[in-house]
Amino acid sequence: MDLQQIRKDFPILNQQVNGKPLVYLDNAATTQKPLAVIQRISDYYLKENSNVHRGVHHLSQVATEAYENARGYIAKYIHAEESNEIIFTRGTTESINLLANVLSPWIQAGDEIIISGMEHHSNLVPWQQLCERNKARLKVLPVDLDGTLDLNFLEKMLTPQVKLLAIAHISNVLGTVNPVKEIVRIAHNKGVPVLLDGAQGIAHAKVDVQDLGVDFYAFSGHKIYAPMGIGVLYGRFTWLRRLPPYQFGGEMIDQVSFEKTTFNELPYKYEAGTPNVAGALGLEAALHYVQKTGVDDIFNHEDKLLKYATEKLENIDGMRIIGHAKEKAAVLSFLVNGLHPFDLGTLLDQMGIAVRTGHHCAQPLMDFYGIPGTVRASFAMYNTLEEVDIFVDAVKKAVGMLQ
Amino acid sequence: MNIAEKEQDVMEEFSVFEDWMDKYSYLIELGKDLPLINEKYKTNQHLISGCQSRVWLYAELKDGKMFLSADSDAIITKGIVSLLVNVLSGHTPSEILEAKLDFLDQIGLKEHLSPTRANGLSSMVKQIMLYARVFQIKLKEE
Repeated sequence: MDLQQIRKDFPILNQQVNGKPLVYLDNAATTQKPLAVIQRISDYYLKENSNVHRGVHHLSQVATEAYENARGYIAKYIHAEESNEIIFTRGTTESINLLANVLSPWIQAGDEIIISGMEHHSNLVPWQQLCERNKARLKVLPVDLDGTLDLNFLEKMLTPQVKLLAIAHISNVLGTVNPVKEIVRIAHNKGVPVLLDGAQGIAHAKVDVQDLGVDFYAFSGHKIYAPMGIGVLYGRFTWLRRLPPYQFGGEMIDQVSFEKTTFNELPYKYEAGTPNVAGALGLEAALHYVQKTGVDDIFNHEDKLLKYATEKLENIDGMRIIGHAKEKAAVLSFLVNGLHPFDLGTLLDQMGIAVRTGHHCAQPLMDFYGIPGTVRASFAMYNTLEEVDIFVDAVKKAVGMLQ
Repeated sequence: MNIAEKEQDVMEEFSVFEDWMDKYSYLIELGKDLPLINEKYKTNQHLISGCQSRVWLYAELKDGKMFLSADSDAIITKGIVSLLVNVLSGHTPSEILEAKLDFLDQIGLKEHLSPTRANGLSSMVKQIMLYARVFQIKLKEE
C-alpha cells in the first residue's frame, strides 16, 4: 500500500486549518473522497447524464447500463447472490427505515424485536417507533463495561416472540467489531432473521453477506469514500420478494390504472422516483478504489494506527478509553479526567485536528457509561502514524491548558 | 466603568494575543473567575438551551442593578459566559438592554466559534436580555 500515493489521491487532505496542516480523524462520521470518485461523478454529468430505465434514446441506455453495472459491482463486493438484492437508498438510516416500514405487517402485538445497547439512534429509533405502533416490545441486549455483547444472554433473549434481531456490525462509539457471524447463527437457530447496521462495518470489516448468512445489511456510501446521499439495503431475495413496497410512484410500478396498480420486480419495487445515479456510480468507483488499494492492506494499516494511538493515549495521565473489546476497528473514544469532550474538541480544532465530540448518536450508551459524551478519533486508509503523533501531542497540550 | 468602556477593555485584552490558542488560554483563565451560580439554581429551569455543553445562568436584582452568576460543565464555555458576565453584571436592566455587545464581533469570537458554539453564545445573550427586560418591567411597576 503506497500511503504517499493514497494521500495524493485525496486532495482535500492537503490543506491548512487554523494555520496548521489538517489532520482528519473524523472518518467514522464521513470519509473523504478520492479523485477516482470525484472524477466518476463529474464524468457522469459531463458525458452520461440521463434518466435511467424506460428510455429508448442513447444517453438513457448509457446511464441505465452504468447504473445497473454499479449495482452488479456492489452485489459482488458484498458477495450477494444476485444484484436484485441490492436496493439503493440515501444511506444507512433510510435503509433501516425502509426495512422497519415494510416489516411492519409482520410485527404483531406482543411480538419482540431485539437490538443491542450499543446501537446508533438510526438502528434504535425506527424499531422503537415500530414497536410502539404495533404494540410490540423492544428488547435490548446489554453491553459489558469493556464494550462487548454477551452472546449467552442473547440465546436467553431469543424467545418465540422475537421477530427480528437488529444489531451493529461495528460500534460507531466503541469500535467493537461484533461477532456477527456467530450472532446470525444463534438467531437463525431460533428462526429469527437478522439485520446488520453496517454503517461502520462496510469500511472496516470484510462483508460477505452469504458467509455471514445475514438477512439484511444496511450501509452508507459516504463512510467508504463514496459521496453522501447514496446507500444500500441488502436483503435476501426470498425476503425482499415477500415484503410489500415502501414508497410509491414512478419506477417502482408495473401497471397503473385508476383502479389498481401492480408493482415492478426487485430491485425496482423499492426504488420509487428518479434514483441517485451519480451517487451509485460514485459508490462503485469508491469500492473499486478500495479493492484496488487492497482491503487487507487497508485493514492492517488502520489496525496499526488504532493500536499505536491507543498505546500513546494511554500514557496520558487521567486518560479513560471507552471501549476495550478485543476485536476493535478504527474507532477510538476517550475522555480525560473530568474534562468536557467539547473543550478538548475545540482546542484540537485550533490545532488543525478534526475529531468528533458528543454522544455520537448513541445516548443510551452514554447513559450506560454515565458520561456526557466522548472525544472520538476515527481512522481511514489515508491516515498516518505521524498524524497520530501530532494528534496525541495536541491532546496533551489541550489537557495541559484545561487543567 | 460603563458597559461600553468594559467592552473596550475586553477588546484591548484580546488584541494582546495573536494566536488563537493564547486567546483560548485567556478564556480558560477567565472561566476560573466566573461568579458561580448558587448550587440550588443549577436546575433545568436555569439551563440555557442551544448549547452542546450544559450552561446554567441566574440573574438577580439588587438596588436596581442586575447581577449575573453562571456555571458550565465545559471550561471554555465558562470562559465565554464569563466574558458576558464581566461586561454586563452590575448594571441596570436598561443599560444592559441598550448594550451593543459589539466586542463579541470585534474580538472575532463569534466567527471563530464553531456554529454550535456560536449558537450557544447567542442563546446566552438572549437569556440575559430576557432577564433584563423582566427586571426592567418590575422596576417600572415599583
